[in-house]
Amino acid sequence: MANVLVFAETRGTALRKTALEAVTAARAFADATGGGEVHALVAGPSGVGAAASQLGQYGADVVLVAENPALEKFDRESIAATVAARAQSGNYRAIMLGFSAQGRDVGPRVAAKLDLPIVTDVTDIQASGDAIVVKHPGYANKVIATLQISGPSAVIAIRPSAVTAAPSAKAGKVETISLAAEPSASKVVVKEVIEGGKGKIDLGEAPVIVSGGRGLKAPENFKLVEDLAAAFGNAAVGATRAVTDDGWRPHSDQIGQTGRQVSPQLYVAVGISGAIQHLAGMRSSKTIVAINKDKEAPIFKVADYGIVGDVMEILPALTAAVKEAKAHH
Amino acid sequence: MKIAVCIKRTPDSESRFKIAASQTAIDEAGLKFDIDDFASYAVEVALQLNEKQGPGETVVYAVGPDPVQETLRKAMSMGADRAVQLKTDATPYDGMAVAKALAAELKSGGYDLVLFGKHAFDTSGGIVGTATAELLGIPCVTAATKLEIANGRGTARRELEGAAETVEFPLPAAVTIDEGIARPRYPSLKGIMAAKKKPLETKPAQLGAARVTVKSMDLPPERPAGRIIGEGVAAVPELVRLLQTEAKVL
Amino acid sequence: MLDFYNIDSVLSEDERAVRDSVRRFVDERVIPVIGNCYVEGRFPKELIPEMAELGVFGANLPEEYGCAGLNNVAYGLIMQELERGDSGVRSFASVQGALAMYPIYAFGSEEQRKQWLPRMAKGEVIGCFGLTEPDYGSNPSGMITMAKEQKDGTWVLNGAKMWITNGSTANIAVVWAKTNGDKEDKSIRGFVVPTDSKGFKAKDQKGKLSLRASDTSELVFQDLELPADAILPKSGGLKSPLMCLTQARYGISWGALGAAMACFEEALEYSKNRVMFDRPIGGFQIQQERLAEMLTEIVKGQLVVLHLGRLKDAGTMTPQQVSLAKRNNVNIATDIAREARRLLGANGILAEYSAMRHMANLESVYTYEGTHDVHSLVLGQALTGLNAFK
Repeated sequence: MANVLVFAETRGTALRKTALEAVTAARAFADATGGGEVHALVAGPSGVGAAASQLGQYGADVVLVAENPALEKFDRESIAATVAARAQSGNYRAIMLGFSAQGRDVGPRVAAKLDLPIVTDVTDIQASGDAIVVKHPGYANKVIATLQISGPSAVIAIRPSAVTAAPSAKAGKVETISLAAEPSASKVVVKEVIEGGKGKIDLGEAPVIVSGGRGLKAPENFKLVEDLAAAFGNAAVGATRAVTDDGWRPHSDQIGQTGRQVSPQLYVAVGISGAIQHLAGMRSSKTIVAINKDKEAPIFKVADYGIVGDVMEILPALTAAVKEAKAHH
Repeated sequence: MKIAVCIKRTPDSESRFKIAASQTAIDEAGLKFDIDDFASYAVEVALQLNEKQGPGETVVYAVGPDPVQETLRKAMSMGADRAVQLKTDATPYDGMAVAKALAAELKSGGYDLVLFGKHAFDTSGGIVGTATAELLGIPCVTAATKLEIANGRGTARRELEGAAETVEFPLPAAVTIDEGIARPRYPSLKGIMAAKKKPLETKPAQLGAARVTVKSMDLPPERPAGRIIGEGVAAVPELVRLLQTEAKVL
Repeated sequence: MLDFYNIDSVLSEDERAVRDSVRRFVDERVIPVIGNCYVEGRFPKELIPEMAELGVFGANLPEEYGCAGLNNVAYGLIMQELERGDSGVRSFASVQGALAMYPIYAFGSEEQRKQWLPRMAKGEVIGCFGLTEPDYGSNPSGMITMAKEQKDGTWVLNGAKMWITNGSTANIAVVWAKTNGDKEDKSIRGFVVPTDSKGFKAKDQKGKLSLRASDTSELVFQDLELPADAILPKSGGLKSPLMCLTQARYGISWGALGAAMACFEEALEYSKNRVMFDRPIGGFQIQQERLAEMLTEIVKGQLVVLHLGRLKDAGTMTPQQVSLAKRNNVNIATDIAREARRLLGANGILAEYSAMRHMANLESVYTYEGTHDVHSLVLGQALTGLNAFK
């Protein structure tokens, strides 16, 4: 019987989607290994405890809540110390978390503090006898590595959106804990958080992504991409390296080998030729649509559905059609 | 400043890969290797910091078997002053093991700044930088897209999901470098010749047991073939219909 | 680039590193602009500081003069990679290094070397090579440009040169002139002529359909006064400029391969993507024959210059050996460029593709630095002992 500790990430007082995904994964793992307990650890400013009940619904037996007003901004050092301290005092087969910006900071710190092996960007977790076996895409998603972790415990950071959060209600009993280190002692201090823009959905969380490339001809034409994204309602806007290098779109919008790697339900590639560099970032999307004037463009080889033609004409028509389809549901 | 940069030798990221007969690694035949992309940004950041705030020393480290020496020399031809190879028979997949080897070596180095790439192209772990920093007991900022150092303190910007944060920290510190912060210079021909005379030290890597091993490597499943459903505006209604009924994403 | 005969395995780590560095420079800085430069008929002067920073000027000259001090195989690889971008860009580097810096190094005094070479390596002083005249191309020994020594040791230069690369950009011209009325070869000496001298005029030659991304000029010297120290003291006879040409021709043998490789890679990629009659044209026999022929000639050419470079480094290379390489590699490159252009079909006439630009450029490369035919006669004379020039 294996207990699993989950670092359930929040921003401010709200749980992030990866937190629910991590609890779901932990629940599945615990159930598959004799039905152990899932303990979710939440650290945040006053009021973050209200999120606890959600974690119970997704499979947490216990929710450890560390509330501290100093955590208005993410404090990686005190949070990593707290997760590590809890892991040390408990007997956890695994410590799971999302491989997000926060996860990059917390996961390896916890592993180093406890001298545990760590695997990141994991898309699948299985118990295999005494070992844990995970799948991890490497070489910019061009190769899938199956990794074996030996030892009594391990830190496992899960690729956001690789696991679908699924309810599996457990008690979610809340326990108040204190931070294992004072945020005021932290050396890395957050000075400012710059929001990306109202309602901007993160590329890693958006179910739909509409992405534009050089085929749009000019930066102003990205308006058409934004209009289509708005029509979908729950879409984020991405871009290729070519247009981010040219400054048409911010670097953080870049999808590709050295940019963001995404797996939305639907990826619409507009005016994108489909260079290997870009495909590495989106080829695991569930459904891919490509719109390009060149029918020989490599993107059509990976697209489920392709339309050949002038993106400047097709985009407005598609935007109107999507709006209409959404209105009737 | 005394700056250490930890780099890795990885294959050209534009390559198509095949799985080796062992099924636990990629087939290296015909592949070109170089400094990993993110690590090369880190080297450039170090060189620029020392050029701006000079004089200083930039030392590059790599864990791996002897072919890694060529990669270290490339970093020296860009301008790094010396290099240290922490020698292993094979480059481990286990990021924590690599971090331990680096930390053991860097402990006595007296570095103001230790830089890493955000992650390496092949293992894509994003583990080594942060774990090494923790083992050294120094603060760490991961995935910095901007970095400034002044008066023994650093300011960095890092991307979050849909936002960005600015952080401040004291030196000595570790930073892992994201894309967009600097374009790595290509070695000048004089730099290539000078690198031959710069010191490259080889020591055994103190790795410890590897607890993460590769059970198998596979190519991702092929996507089933798609189709071009039509041309121009006329194809739009059919696309919407397929997205609704077949793909069920609308 | 496809390395079909694994030539990388016989290059040293440095040689590969040099090749890779210049390749990257050409990919990132030359190729994006060179098509437009060619159409506009201008040399991308703005790249000169970066080329200097990279270290491509006089790269095989010693470090003590601010040069990279590379071996000759590395030097050849530099020329190969520059010409993969454009023959005009490589011509600039050839002239600066082999035809302006080299004569100062080989025939100049220590003062002259120190005065000019470091600044030329940095691209701060640009040089050109004045040998060819309007009426004397293949036969430089017939030159009529004449320098007259004055009583006080200064010189007065009169004459004209033509087809001079870098002529209008240059700060100095290394001019070869007969001296003191003597019409024999033996009177030929080299002079370092500042282009801002009174009596110096450079005029761009217009209407070129080849080497358009390069400055090609006429030079005219009218009662041009030169100080005594303008002469290259160790120069003497036709041998001196010919030694410079041997250096340049060596680089050109590698350079032509670069152009051929660029055309071949472009054609190969195109053949895999261009679909006609429902399949990629690379699957049709005629195109495969074309590609096989191109590859074969490139591999042969690579092995010729690689061995030639090793001979040069060993100090045993002869001018006749260079003639064989220049003649062969430029000739096969012109064929490869033409065949590549044909494979590209209608697209092959556009500046967007490199084949026709290389094809046109290579006609100049075929003609300059000793025409193809001149090199045939060099080899013929070497083989038979019989002079077929006259």
